[in-house]
Amino acid sequence: MRRSVRIKDHWGEQRLFIGRTIFAGFATVVLLFIVVGRLFWLQVIRHDYFTDQSQGNQVRLEALPPDRGLIYDRNGVVIAENTPAFQLELTPERVTNVGDTLHRLAAIGLIEAEQVPALERLIRAGRKFEAVPLRLSLSDTDIATFAVRQFEFPGVEIQTRLARWYPYGEIAAHALGYVAAISEDDLKHINADDYAGSSVIGKLGLENTYEAELHGTAGFRQVLVNAQGRHVDRLGSAAVKLDTHQPRAGNDVYLGLDIKVQQVAEEALAGRRGALIAIDPTTGDVVALASVPSFDPNKFTRGISSPEYATLRDDLDRPLFNRALRGAYPPGSTVKPMMALAGLEYNAIDPKATRFCRGFYTLRGSSRHYRDWKKDGHGNVDMRHAIATSCDVYFYGLAELLGIQRVHDALSQLGFGKPTGIDIVGERPGLMPSEEWKRQTYKQAWYPGDTIIVGIGQGYLLATPLQLAHAVAVIAAHGRGFRPRLVTAVRDAITREVRTLPPVAEPVVDLKDPANWDVVIDGMEMVTEAGGTAAAVQRGASYKIAAKTGTAQVFSLGQNEKYNASAIDERLRDHALFIAFAPAETPKLAIAVLVENGGHGGSVAAPMARRVFDAFLLGKYDTTPVPAPPKNAPPEPQVN
Amino acid sequence: MLYEDGENSTARRTLTASARLLRRLHLDGPLLAALAAVVTFGLFVLFSATGENLPMWINQLERLALAIALLVLLAQVPPAWLKRLSPALYVLGILLLLAVMVHGDVGKGAQRWLVVGPLRFQPSELMKLGVPMMCAWYLHERPLPPSLRDVLVVLVIIAVPALIIAKQPDLGTALLIGSAGLLVVFLAGMSTLVIVTGLTLLGGAVPVAWHFMHDYQRQRVLMFLDPSQDPLGAGYHSIQSQIAIGSGGMFGKGWMNGSQAQLEFLPERSTDFIFAVIGEELGLLGQLFLIGLYLTVIGRALYMASEAQDTYARLVCGSFALTFFVYVFVNTGMVSGILPVVGVPLPLVSYGGTAMVTLLASFGVLMSLNRHRKLVGA
Repeated sequence: MRRSVRIKDHWGEQRLFIGRTIFAGFATVVLLFIVVGRLFWLQVIRHDYFTDQSQGNQVRLEALPPDRGLIYDRNGVVIAENTPAFQLELTPERVTNVGDTLHRLAAIGLIEAEQVPALERLIRAGRKFEAVPLRLSLSDTDIATFAVRQFEFPGVEIQTRLARWYPYGEIAAHALGYVAAISEDDLKHINADDYAGSSVIGKLGLENTYEAELHGTAGFRQVLVNAQGRHVDRLGSAAVKLDTHQPRAGNDVYLGLDIKVQQVAEEALAGRRGALIAIDPTTGDVVALASVPSFDPNKFTRGISSPEYATLRDDLDRPLFNRALRGAYPPGSTVKPMMALAGLEYNAIDPKATRFCRGFYTLRGSSRHYRDWKKDGHGNVDMRHAIATSCDVYFYGLAELLGIQRVHDALSQLGFGKPTGIDIVGERPGLMPSEEWKRQTYKQAWYPGDTIIVGIGQGYLLATPLQLAHAVAVIAAHGRGFRPRLVTAVRDAITREVRTLPPVAEPVVDLKDPANWDVVIDGMEMVTEAGGTAAAVQRGASYKIAAKTGTAQVFSLGQNEKYNASAIDERLRDHALFIAFAPAETPKLAIAVLVENGGHGGSVAAPMARRVFDAFLLGKYDTTPVPAPPKNAPPEPQVN
Repeated sequence: MLYEDGENSTARRTLTASARLLRRLHLDGPLLAALAAVVTFGLFVLFSATGENLPMWINQLERLALAIALLVLLAQVPPAWLKRLSPALYVLGILLLLAVMVHGDVGKGAQRWLVVGPLRFQPSELMKLGVPMMCAWYLHERPLPPSLRDVLVVLVIIAVPALIIAKQPDLGTALLIGSAGLLVVFLAGMSTLVIVTGLTLLGGAVPVAWHFMHDYQRQRVLMFLDPSQDPLGAGYHSIQSQIAIGSGGMFGKGWMNGSQAQLEFLPERSTDFIFAVIGEELGLLGQLFLIGLYLTVIGRALYMASEAQDTYARLVCGSFALTFFVYVFVNTGMVSGILPVVGVPLPLVSYGGTAMVTLLASFGVLMSLNRHRKLVGA
């Protein structure tokens, strides 16, 4: 093995070193050149891309929610407005663990634990940079609770927002509806851009139907944010120009509803379950639409708690149920004026001809007795008297004469069996039976007996209180009906111009002989005269009321009755009905009243209508409780 | 220009006077000027990068003063002393590193600091000087190019502190110390065959290194390979820094006007990622200017190394010059996204006194070794 002793060669070492140094210097230049090449790529070639990225970092679009339009009654009184409220909001992109944050908020009582899964879904469904309201209205205590712990909840903030406020509370709630937090479902139907920054949406009633008018359009504001998402107003040394696109407020909406008349109507019904609808027969404008019991819509706009909602939902009296639009009831004797019109139109009967009422009616070839409410019968009655005294036997006979097809055709013309088309959603069509309907529904033939009882508004026939009010308005207007409506005008948010909506005329109910209207109306006027079934209602009135009472048998039990044995009796009682218009000569208001299990139409429902007439026609606003009929009085005859 | 101006004798006398002063202080004028240019530029950028934080800026200025003092001081030390003290410095460094391991101060999740009375310092910084000086000391009396045995000995000299530091964990410093030592061996003329073999072995060692890495170190490597995988986590630094640089363009958004930096989207904006601030606010031109200054420093230092007369001085000077380059390359490479994120500051610009002091100290040593050569060569 060669083993040479190496001697230090200073010159050689220096040359070697210089060689290596030159190589290293060369490598240095090459490597730095690579870095410079990279910088060139970033700053020159990809400059536009990174400029966009940097913009996206610092400039955020912040939604400016529009102010919701106001709702005014017919006299310009505000019945739905906006007031400032504090709400708790969460911005998803600034929260690392949404679930954990929500659970911790629930632990300190700011949100309900049961809401957490729903909120989590809602947060997931929305956009990452848009704040989601967790709670719409915070109390002072809530605000204090959160303030001291805010640092524990990055991305959660308290914001001042305008919240819907209904100054009259429960009054007109079923007409107005309410707004509530936008749900996961709503998000599927709305344009997210229009609702950016909005926390609520119209859920029911007018708030829902007129959502497009009331909501407006969201605006946007560019804001400069730092990496923590905090707003900053300048960037280094320079102020930055930022765009603002103002929101467009929602339009204001004017109603035909008179909030004071509405108040009278709801007070008159107070303590009962029922509905009262008052319509101006010359336009179709709804002056009052009451469904009692009602609820406070403010609870919804401020974020209703689950127990509060459960209380409303499970209430035996169903305050959330809009009886005026959705309750289908047998109309009882209130259908008799319409039956009379049908008889006249089809020339089935001479109005002056009398029929003998002996207290019951039988079909030919049958021994079954269809009883009159008056056991001993009304004796000889013509059409007017039959209406005035509500003779059942007269109308059993008339129904048999007409047959179900002609009854169906005539009543359909007056609006039975189909929605009236009022401008709020959820209306039910009621039920106008026919042979075909029965065949399809029950696979059964139509029996003559079915027709007989339709003649007095029982059997399969069902109508909503709104349909009855509409029908009586059509009679009051001699067939020139209008589609019922709540909104009469819209005011543009920008121009402040009021756009009046023309009344929507319906096809005229043309009678072969227009004088037949007067026959029926005569009969209805006689109802409020001595000997009529509602004579008391006219007492002391300076205007003439044309009316018809009704008492409808409860044909089936509701599901709720089984809970409360003592309530069953009360809930098996007859429904009290009353339809009327006044003044009889120049009708200004048509009313339908329904009181569930109220008993007699004349004694229970009629005084309620009188109060509303007094309020609207005379400006007499009586909101004292309606005295109940004396309890220990001898049992009145069953007045239909 | 000044020499042409024969009439103006005052100017000539001033020039010669300052030249004489520099010579007396064993300082190199061109290198000092280049360093001063980098430092001034750095202070200018730092003011913006700290978000106009004056206390931070003054703090940096104080450390700079300390670092300059140390530079001048070290330049006065006779090279023979430096050479003789090299092994002692190295051993002291190892002992201090072990002391840190036993009871060091934890800062930012790593055990790097040693507190002695009022002093709080990182012994690993000491090794940035100690390791190359020790390697040069070991090699300078042996015939060069070094034999394989000598190379292996030097590798152990390097590996011991480098591994201790990597375990602290401080990958950036371990990398710098390792490369400082290896550069000495390279400059000493280690055979190309050994270098190639070494690199191959290093490639084979990657899986082994992976095994010993901390989670955050593995994260950084993974994230480097695909930063978009975790844009809000480990990849955040790299993405934000590229956005900052890219959005700066050719001329930049203007001093103190970089939105990425000023709005704090750029993390570590005043320390490791300050190069991105330069890119955003002063553009490609600003970065090229700084790289030009760095090249001047490196070039002058390499020239001085090649002029040094003894092997020890050459190796140490060359290593310091090239280590300075490693700082520049690793930092700019990581900030611009061509290298993984390791904690290496931009030399003489990043906020932080430790690196500044060490770097200027190394230039002090470099000047001492270079400007005393008459005495050495005698």
